[in-house]
Amino acid sequence: MTTSTPVRRPAPPRPAAPRLRTPRRHTPGRPRRSVLLTALTGVVLVYSLLPLVWLLISATKSQEGLARSFGLWFDGDFDLWSNIADTFTYQDGVFVRWLLNTVLYVVVGAGGATLLAVLGGYALAKFDFPGKKAVFAVVIGAVAVPATALAVPTFLLFSKIGLTDTPWAVVVPSLISPFGLYLMWVFASEAIPTELMEAARIDGAGEVRTFFRVALPLLAPGTVTVLLFTTVATWNNYFLPLIMLKDSDWYPLTLGLDSWNKQAQTSGGETVTNLVLTGSLLTIVPLIAAFLLLQKYWRSGLSAGGVKE
Amino acid sequence: MTTLQPPAAAGRRPARSPARRTRRRWTGWGFIGPFALVFALVFLAPLAYSVYLSLFRTQLIGGTHFVGLDNYQQALQDGQFWDGVLRVGLFLLIQVPVMLGLALLVALAIDSGRLYGKSFFRITVFLPYAVPAVVATLMWGFMYGTRYGLVGDIDSAFGVRLPDPLSADLVLASIGNIVTWEFIGYNMLILYAALRVIPHSLYEAAEIDGAGHLRVITAIKLPAIRGALVIATIFSVIGSFQLFNEPAILQKLAPNAITTDFTPNYYTYSLSFSGQQQNYSATVAIVMGVITMIVAYVVQLRGMRKGA
Repeated sequence: MTTSTPVRRPAPPRPAAPRLRTPRRHTPGRPRRSVLLTALTGVVLVYSLLPLVWLLISATKSQEGLARSFGLWFDGDFDLWSNIADTFTYQDGVFVRWLLNTVLYVVVGAGGATLLAVLGGYALAKFDFPGKKAVFAVVIGAVAVPATALAVPTFLLFSKIGLTDTPWAVVVPSLISPFGLYLMWVFASEAIPTELMEAARIDGAGEVRTFFRVALPLLAPGTVTVLLFTTVATWNNYFLPLIMLKDSDWYPLTLGLDSWNKQAQTSGGETVTNLVLTGSLLTIVPLIAAFLLLQKYWRSGLSAGGVKE
Repeated sequence: MTTLQPPAAAGRRPARSPARRTRRRWTGWGFIGPFALVFALVFLAPLAYSVYLSLFRTQLIGGTHFVGLDNYQQALQDGQFWDGVLRVGLFLLIQVPVMLGLALLVALAIDSGRLYGKSFFRITVFLPYAVPAVVATLMWGFMYGTRYGLVGDIDSAFGVRLPDPLSADLVLASIGNIVTWEFIGYNMLILYAALRVIPHSLYEAAEIDGAGHLRVITAIKLPAIRGALVIATIFSVIGSFQLFNEPAILQKLAPNAITTDFTPNYYTYSLSFSGQQQNYSATVAIVMGVITMIVAYVVQLRGMRKGA
């Protein structure tokens, strides 16, 4: 976004590449562990964790337990398992339906967005083609346009072509990730040596084959990074489904939880705070697990992206 | 690998037939084509459509007719709209520096290598980013509660009376806290990634020159990650101007403090979906988009010029 042409800078050290042995120093002097600094940074850590701990504790309480016990400690009863069972069975198991919808939106939306970003980033990084500068300018300009400012016209346009209130209305806009494209473009220009592509072509490989056999494996860390970020964006999406969907059968988890919460606030509606909270916990667990399991991959992808900003 | 090929490759290139070269020139489109196509459908078409919409007005009597720039004139004089703009402007001036400042401090602390349990810090501070805005707002909303929430618990446990986070005076700050919580880790990660690629030889040189920790930070680290800081600032500015999820979800818990024109984005949503004023809503969205782009552009210009 900051420059229209990529500035060449030395590639970040890759663990696989043989390097001269230099004494590893992160800062001047040998970094000595500091208790004070750890404690100070620990304040931010506690801040980040506290609401999650609160949620975890609250998910173990019944509706009555929530009202009578202190927020940061357990109630006498331990109702986590029955809460989970209730969340899955409440209103004929609509939570399961929302979960499956969310998975559908993530697989098609985030998967598709990653595919498009990888293809597009590869094109921007490795090919010269007519109109390349225009493509770049338009996409970067679009990042600055508030996506939500476009939501209303998108809704009107989609309702004209009959896409609203269908899964397509959520999936199609999710397919575009300008940030993903940018990240892949930066990543591809570093990770794929042009000479390797030339070599593949001399060996008679077509463009498609060169892409799949040579480029794609080298792009793996960047791809995982983009996939994780588009997955989070799709899994957490609220605004787009909110305007596009009326039929609660197509809701993703976020919208479903919101509707349970609203029902509790409406007079006469059944209050199911315990299910809202347990459902919230169940919504974030898969994403947090994905981040923890894949952190080795997405971190290496991200630091390559950090080079050229 | 880089030193081996270029002369040979350069020599080979002219030998190719012109037809093949033309084909090669268009190959890039084959890869970016799918992106461009969907992009046109979900970005360019709605953009054009909203400009078109903004030039019309629908009335009960007389139907839809062309009104030129009348909607824009109305938007520029719309007090509800400008109140929202001022509100997100205030939000931006306070929340963004606080959030990015904290993110920068954590990134520098982790990068310094002086923390115990560094990778634990890195992943834990990042975790809130994986929490949906809906869940984050619900959690904080419940914790803010003065009757059954955590604030109420603390009040009754310690016999105090904390200020109500959901009151009209404090609700903007409470939203700021939610957004800060959600995005410290994300920004920290971007800044940390930029810090990691600074060549270590620079630190060694600074050490020989006798520079201390602070000097290394101000003279080497901060200038080196300026680009990443500008990017993070621009994303945060855009995010502030788009504020919708947190106030919209919190609205149920604080109906008196959060109105449906609380932020410009909430206003366009209300105009379109409760007010049926789609033409005017499109106009307000465009005006807000232009304001956002101007501010983002100014941030970029200033950020790039500083010390350059």
